[in-house]
Amino acid sequence: MHRVLGDRRAIMILLGPALLLYTLIMLVPMVWSLGYSFTKGNSIEGFTGSGLDNFTRLLDDPAVHDALWFTLKYAVIVTAGQVIAGYLLALLYVFFLKKASALIRTLAFFPVILPTVAVGLLFQKLFQVAPQPGPVNSLLNAFGLESIDFFGNAGSAFWVLIIMDIWRSMGFYAVLLFAGLVDIPDEVLESARLDGASGLRLIRHIVLPLSLPVLMSSLIFSINGTLKVFDSVVALTNGGPGNGTTPLTLYMFQSSFTYSEYGYGSTIALLLTVVCLLVSLAVYRVSRRDNTES
Amino acid sequence: MPHRTIRARRLALTSAGVMSLALLATACGGSNGGGTSAAPKDFTYLSVTENTTTRTALTTLSTSTCKAENDALPLKVETIPQAQLDQKLQLLAGQDALPPMFAAGNAPALTKQLAKGNKVADIELELKRLGVLDQLEPAAVSTIKALYGGKLMALPYEYNIEGIFYNKKLFQENGIAVPGTWDELLTAADKLNAKGVQPFSASGAQGWPLTRLISGYLYRSLGPDALDKVDAGTAKLTDPEYVKAAEEVAALGKKGYFGKGVGSIDYDTAMNQFLTGKSGMFYMGSWALANIADPKQNKVGTENVGFMPFPAVKGGKGSIDQYPSNIGLAVTLGSKSFGDKTGAWVGCIAKNFGSTALKDHGTITGFKVNTPVKDTSEVAGTVRKTISGSKQNVLWFEALFSTKATTISNTSAPGLVNGSISPEKFMATVQDALGSQ
Repeated sequence: MHRVLGDRRAIMILLGPALLLYTLIMLVPMVWSLGYSFTKGNSIEGFTGSGLDNFTRLLDDPAVHDALWFTLKYAVIVTAGQVIAGYLLALLYVFFLKKASALIRTLAFFPVILPTVAVGLLFQKLFQVAPQPGPVNSLLNAFGLESIDFFGNAGSAFWVLIIMDIWRSMGFYAVLLFAGLVDIPDEVLESARLDGASGLRLIRHIVLPLSLPVLMSSLIFSINGTLKVFDSVVALTNGGPGNGTTPLTLYMFQSSFTYSEYGYGSTIALLLTVVCLLVSLAVYRVSRRDNTES
Repeated sequence: MPHRTIRARRLALTSAGVMSLALLATACGGSNGGGTSAAPKDFTYLSVTENTTTRTALTTLSTSTCKAENDALPLKVETIPQAQLDQKLQLLAGQDALPPMFAAGNAPALTKQLAKGNKVADIELELKRLGVLDQLEPAAVSTIKALYGGKLMALPYEYNIEGIFYNKKLFQENGIAVPGTWDELLTAADKLNAKGVQPFSASGAQGWPLTRLISGYLYRSLGPDALDKVDAGTAKLTDPEYVKAAEEVAALGKKGYFGKGVGSIDYDTAMNQFLTGKSGMFYMGSWALANIADPKQNKVGTENVGFMPFPAVKGGKGSIDQYPSNIGLAVTLGSKSFGDKTGAWVGCIAKNFGSTALKDHGTITGFKVNTPVKDTSEVAGTVRKTISGSKQNVLWFEALFSTKATTISNTSAPGLVNGSISPEKFMATVQDALGSQ
């Protein structure tokens, strides 16, 4: 084995095709997309160079500012919600339900396997006001409150989206964090209990520091996923009302494929890449520091 | 290590490498379909899934009056959801693989782009060559030319005028006369609302049924060239006289005249509200006559449905006999695949489609009706007479807008009527979208 892996030709033969494939389907389109950022036009009219026009437009475009702000706001709230709700569920599984947690784990995980479009339709019906009030508005009416047009303004539509996405994914993070929690040695917990730590103190001083690596992994997973949110927005609100719930990904998609502005769409994609890169770097730095401390 | 083992290992490594490369080549290789523009084997019609009338009527023709043309070049219908049409057309155009006949995009701007790239046949020239240009109604030709910068870039498989359908019974019960002015329309709406009847039904999910009210007001207050001026850049949607139209429509929403959650009301629900007597008025195009004629949908009875033009605005420059008109979702012909056999099909369609669509579907088209057909209802007769008697037609709010401005206008309209977007902000957003492309 050592002889084969020590042979340069063997390494090239083994890695070459995969590397070539990766280059062709990942790196080339990325560089290509970057190239498009300096062009204007579409597949019908052809492409012409436009210098830095797309970048100056990006800076002045109020729709980009709105979409960027929406993306960041959504990513922070949903990430926090997903990880906190997932962690609370995991604590529930490990410390309260213990061996009886299988059923609750399955039920909490169930929304993860549902197609996003189905979940979007489900929440549309739950929160709808017309043609018939949905269950949420019926409940409000039962308490003598007026129906709310949740999808009629950006503020309430945003919160429905947040609730939907946290509900949809908390089961996944619960399972991920559950795996981290069951790895904590029983002896450590037992000795902490003998030392008088219980309840919140046990969690704060023993469980939380010991599960920090898996918590950080969950955070990285979550923030990267939420910054690139697309399907759940399209399924629930399609970016509306107006552009009130339009993230950068959807604006990029609309610019490229609906408005035929491939160059500008690529520029928005570049902005999204930079945002993802900066956030990932920040999270990695924090996670490295914390791991060292713990 | 024995030589045989080394040789076998080398052979295995080399084979693995070759197979990986073969796999890669297979994955990266394209199919040999598309990209060609040779004479077509079929008369392919790329239609939107939502429109069933045109393709059904064409299928009927293929087995009756146009059978010979169909035998020479068989009709083949392909469908795609309307929301994905523009992307599909761009991809096909990029590969020079547009079919002989296709739905021409959600906004005229895309068709103009296709024509600029020589992807669309010169329909006027081809119809003249075939000797069937006179089979198109002049009003339909003038609407198409108004939409497409003076060129005949589409076939009028539909020809619609728009106005307000109203429930005669509800009007009579509440002592309402047919409104002739905007103020009278508001009074009628007040009366209906006071009696617990929703004055208007409209689909906010589609958006355009709301923006049509804005353009209706603009055409009546500023004259038939109101939106041409915006297109030419001599006026802006943010000018006070334009914002006024948005304010008037927003005021209807503020009073709750469109009902609750208008943004969630889809097209079918809005139609259903009107045809089941839950609302008094419904701004719509004449294509709704098919729904009105269907007793399964129409529970108020065809005799109780009336049609009126968009009312006049006091002191305005427009006139109520200037009806907004359109040709539905435009259908055009590809230039690369246009040949003798396609021409024969188009000639047969021009002579026979008008009668078939009216007889089988109650749809009024821009083709001449060469076989007399009886009107399905009184309201259908009124609309037909209005179409044939109309002298000057106007377009609609987004007719001359880019795809981007059209999308933004439609998606922002519910916000305008539910108060989450101010009239100034609505017009400014659409104007920005117009300026950004």
